[in-house]
Amino acid sequence: MHNPASQLQPASPAVPPAVSARGLGLTFETNDGPVQALADVDLTINKGEFVSFIGPSGCGKTTFLRVIADLEQPTQGAISVNGMSPQQARERRAYGYVFQAAALYPWRTIENNVALPLEIMGFSAADKRARIARTLDLVNLTGFKKKFPWQLSGGMQQRASIARALSFDADLLLMDEPFGALDEIVRDHLNQQLLELWERTSKTICFVTHSIPEAVYLSTRIVVMSPRPGRVTDVIESDLPRDRPLDIRETPAFLAIAARVRDGLRAGHSYDE
Amino acid sequence: MKSLQLWQPWVVLLLLGMAWLGLPFHSADPSPGLEATVFILLLLGAAAGAMPVPNWLRLIVLAVAPHATAWLLIRSLLERPGSADDSFFLALAAAWLLAWQLVALLSAVRCRRRDVQASLALIIPMLFGAWILLFWEAFTRGLGIPFILLPPPSAIFARLVTSLPVIAADVNQTIFKSVLVGYLLGCGAGFLVAILADRIPFMRRGLLPIGNMVSALPIIGVAPIMVMWFGFDWHSKAAVVVIMTFFPMLVNTVAGLSVTSSIERDLMRTYAAGYWQSLVKLRLPAAAPFIFNALKINSTLALIGAIVAEFFGTPVVGMGFRISTEVGRMNVDMVWAEIAVAAVIGSLFYGVIALAERSVTFWHPSFRSGRA
Repeated sequence: MHNPASQLQPASPAVPPAVSARGLGLTFETNDGPVQALADVDLTINKGEFVSFIGPSGCGKTTFLRVIADLEQPTQGAISVNGMSPQQARERRAYGYVFQAAALYPWRTIENNVALPLEIMGFSAADKRARIARTLDLVNLTGFKKKFPWQLSGGMQQRASIARALSFDADLLLMDEPFGALDEIVRDHLNQQLLELWERTSKTICFVTHSIPEAVYLSTRIVVMSPRPGRVTDVIESDLPRDRPLDIRETPAFLAIAARVRDGLRAGHSYDE
Repeated sequence: MKSLQLWQPWVVLLLLGMAWLGLPFHSADPSPGLEATVFILLLLGAAAGAMPVPNWLRLIVLAVAPHATAWLLIRSLLERPGSADDSFFLALAAAWLLAWQLVALLSAVRCRRRDVQASLALIIPMLFGAWILLFWEAFTRGLGIPFILLPPPSAIFARLVTSLPVIAADVNQTIFKSVLVGYLLGCGAGFLVAILADRIPFMRRGLLPIGNMVSALPIIGVAPIMVMWFGFDWHSKAAVVVIMTFFPMLVNTVAGLSVTSSIERDLMRTYAAGYWQSLVKLRLPAAAPFIFNALKINSTLALIGAIVAEFFGTPVVGMGFRISTEVGRMNVDMVWAEIAVAAVIGSLFYGVIALAERSVTFWHPSFRSGRA
């Protein structure tokens, strides 16, 4: 299969993949018996890729992201992040995580929210100021740095939470339906900004979404998942150019990929329950 | 200001009619001059309240007429204690209705200026409280209620002013020693133990039920034991206050430390934040509303605890000691004076904590409306 990311960074043994999962499985023990959230997931994400995870509720896409982040422990198989165990990667602050909700602390101003990881990781005061200024500028929130989160709209809050995840320059960005609660217009705008940011920073981004257009618009690769048990049913490479204006979504190439994603989702989804 | 149509002036006229039929004010010693003045003042007030006059004029008349009336009526009782008749109280009720209309008008004032709003927020409850005291004074003096049952507020105030050195010594003993020391120790210990209990699960399981039991101990039973343990001076009272304030702080802080959402905690985990970092940067700020709740509850509990504990043995100073001995000597005005001082100090104590709460937890939804 043709892989655009491998052109950017020639595979070499010195550069381990951002994420590599082999036979990964996770079973939750619940009161109603075991629930298999992930089963037999094999996936390699190379550095610089933008990978979307798409699938219906319960397909394990969020769980997979949380396993990468060491927020859940797999029960079968193996996974490495930057060539390390997820725990080591977390302890070395290898990734920034953007949650479904902005989860900004209401007692901190926007700039102090962005400063939170910097304080915890012990950056110097001057470095902290420079990073806050740079990341707030990146998400166009410079004028709002003295505001409190509850004084801003939902879209602005989510942008601030992205700034917070970017501030300490982890080269892996894990995003769990970050725009799910926002309206279409704001979402388009943030999608565009996210692509620009990815272009400028050449980070690796793992992006969980419910939306087919969003997945196709953003990604270099789309991982289609299906529930019960949560598993990967298809991995679709996108051959769209890296420079993507919003109206690329009306082009036949875009629609063809969207159709493949839709077929993949349908194949993995049973309606007989 | 919007012009309000109010019913009070018409009832005032009705009350005045009834008062006129029941004249004189004082059956023992009629005073036509006083009666005429009161009727004129109240008629003026009713007229200003009912007729379409400019608002500033209405406010001035309504501010002056009822309060001048009340002052005249109560002053007339000085020479004629216990002689007030029905018409006296009807006139007082009429004056009160006019003051009610004044408060209603002031409540409807919408002004952009903050100092005006702030002084209105003070004036309205002060008028309210002043009328409670006026009625109290008029009933106790007018009906000749025995001093032992209920002394008039003027007598309580006079006693307070003449006994200032004694009361100051009592406040120093009870408030600045027992209450303050006990409050700081009890709240501090409750807070620290809450953090321990949160960190060590077996302490949470073992300590919370025992703390629950301690808080259910009757203070009446604990106080004499504390006096035996810690002696007659303020130390035993502070110990009672510690027992009373420890548990509310413990329970509230433990509850507050667990209010953070899973996303907020996951966020800290993704930063590989340590226990203390998440405690200081996330869990304690999130617990602040709970901690302030405990501080507010404890501010009143501490006062009660210290005063009641002094009933069980104390050096010859202290608010609780004073209340228990002066009641025995039938000096109820002194008892009331101590109660008044305790109420004012308790309110100030609570108010200071409430202000601190407002500035620390400004971000909480219950406070943020003004800044959003």
